[in-house]
Amino acid sequence: MSDVMHNFELYQPDSVQGAADLLDEFEDAWVIAGAKDSLGWFKDRVIQPSVVVDIGGIAELSGIEETDDGGLYIGATTTLTDVVESPLVKERYPILSLAASKVASPQIRNAGTIGGNISQDTRCVYYRSGFPCYRAGGNTCYANTPTAMNRDHALFEVSRCVAVTPSDTAPAMVALDATMVIRSKGEDIEVPASEYFIGPEIDITRMTALEHGDILLGIRLPGAWANARHYFEKAADRNTWDFALVSITMVAKMAGGAIEDVSMVCGGVQCTPRKLTEVEDVIRGEVPNSDVETLVRRVASRGAQPLNFNHFKIPLMESLAARAVRSLA
Amino acid sequence: MDSSGPYDPTLDYPEGPAIAEIAGGGDIKPWRPLHVSRRNFLRGVVCSGIVVGGASYLFSTATPARADARGVERMMSLMVNGKTHHVDVAPNETLGYTVRYRLGLTGTKIGCNQAECGACTVMADGRTIYSCSTLTHRMRGKDIVTVEGIASADGTLHPVQQAFIDELAPQCGFCTPGQVVAGVALLNANPNPTEEEARVAMSGNLCRCGAYEHYLRGVMKAAREV
Ligand SMILES: Cc1cc2nc3c(=O)[nH]c(=O)nc-3n(C[C@H](O)[C@H](O)[C@H](O)COP(=O)(O)OP(=O)(O)OC[C@H]3O[C@@H](n4cnc5c(N)ncnc54)[C@H](O)[C@@H]3O)c2cc1C
Ligand code: SF4
Ligand code: FES
Ligand code: FES
Repeated sequence: MSDVMHNFELYQPDSVQGAADLLDEFEDAWVIAGAKDSLGWFKDRVIQPSVVVDIGGIAELSGIEETDDGGLYIGATTTLTDVVESPLVKERYPILSLAASKVASPQIRNAGTIGGNISQDTRCVYYRSGFPCYRAGGNTCYANTPTAMNRDHALFEVSRCVAVTPSDTAPAMVALDATMVIRSKGEDIEVPASEYFIGPEIDITRMTALEHGDILLGIRLPGAWANARHYFEKAADRNTWDFALVSITMVAKMAGGAIEDVSMVCGGVQCTPRKLTEVEDVIRGEVPNSDVETLVRRVASRGAQPLNFNHFKIPLMESLAARAVRSLA
Repeated sequence: MDSSGPYDPTLDYPEGPAIAEIAGGGDIKPWRPLHVSRRNFLRGVVCSGIVVGGASYLFSTATPARADARGVERMMSLMVNGKTHHVDVAPNETLGYTVRYRLGLTGTKIGCNQAECGACTVMADGRTIYSCSTLTHRMRGKDIVTVEGIASADGTLHPVQQAFIDELAPQCGFCTPGQVVAGVALLNANPNPTEEEARVAMSGNLCRCGAYEHYLRGVMKAAREV
């Protein structure tokens, strides 16, 4: 059900400072960039902030630049389409361009931003429908019951909430060891991607390290993984609009046919992108072949605790990890 | 006690785990997305049922005037199909609403109203967007083209429109305006798309009648002509 949104006061500051001041002033302020995640909340009338701060018009937040270490800096409000089409991103981090190209639909990518994509809230159907679950401040999880619709939910690191990260680009940020640059309480701080995405253990009511008043300025991609071999695959029910059931994101460096270094991250199985460190350890130094693939299948989903309707994610995850490794052969 | 299983009302649940350290240091206070009282609000919704019905679809003109002079000014100019319109736009108004109900350009359809169908597709600075899910105030200074702005002034159809007719693409026709805009935007940016590129460009437009292949053939046919 979707309707006209509630009334709110809209601010369109033209500087980061202006936006930060507004967020400081109004405890009830909500940031929108491309607004593709936010308007869904507003239209469903589940979230009704009285103040909306549109940062989409702030020029300093958008754009892609080269950095000194051979990496890139991507402004938070750069649209997903600009990330997909950027020659710099395509050349250095094709994995990110590929992942961004699988988000939602062309129209959503034309408006949705990379910062919004990695900061979006989970898509748990109960939570999105306004159920007063743990994540919404209540005291139960509607998805973790014997009859609940939990086909989309988590296999790992569950703590009361079993929701997963919906973002297709978040795993690439973790795989590439990206750093998030955030304006927080008047200072610019840098947070590694592995700590930007947070699980329910840390704070059940949010998905990222962003606190109220914080503004994500941009994303720093280090030169270390530039031009690496890569593999991305997203398994979803439909090719358009649909969130990943499971996705795999891998970058690797090869030396003489063997895997010298690798970074592999799985989306859709945990509240945060899941770094498959066991797989990485198993394949580092190996020459990819079918024996290695068998091993990868064995360890990829180790420790998974499926819910009633998401067992299928286990073999899916194993196969995607094995296919990623096969692509290196 | 294991608190990860299904909710059991007979149990007394402990407070959640303490909040761990996160990067950047500083003190972390749990932040609720909905102005702190989210929890109460959610209860309200669940108890009263969703309260907003179709009757409230039209905006009340009584939306409060700006409480704060720094907020957006309701009167704005909007460039649509090459003409500048001065319109009174509520802060929470979407472009789909503005073009249909304030400018009378009803060619743009509202299907799902939640960014999931493409019936409302328009171009902003040449790129397709869902007008149902775009705040009109974000469109200041943009060049907007709706389906009404596609044919030439003398009524000659754009090759995409003509090709859709030739290929019998529309069935019920509800998705057609969006398909036209998506097809034209593609050919403006890339006059010689491969079939795969066209498929991707048209992938954000649902057709309940399932005429996808017809629309695709139409776009490819038009590409050969432009
Ligand atoms: C129908 C549909 C299908 C979708 N399918 C997919 C999919 O397949 N894969 C996928 O990954 N996503 C999908 N999405 C989500 C969509 O891609 C993201 O919502 C979009 O990229 C978010 O970007 P935005 O700028 O529009 O977000 P916004 O709504 O503007 O922002 C999202 C959140 O991030 C916060 N935020 C944004 N920018 C900043 C910033 N700079 N600083 C601080 N906070 C910020 C906002 O406050 C908000 O909470 C889908 C969305 C819809 C509606
Ligand atoms: S999985 Fe998380 S978001 Fe979904 S109902 Fe349970 S607590 Fe809420
Ligand atoms: S009406 Fe806008 S996408 Fe469906
Ligand atoms: S022609 Fe009927 S929805 Fe496409």
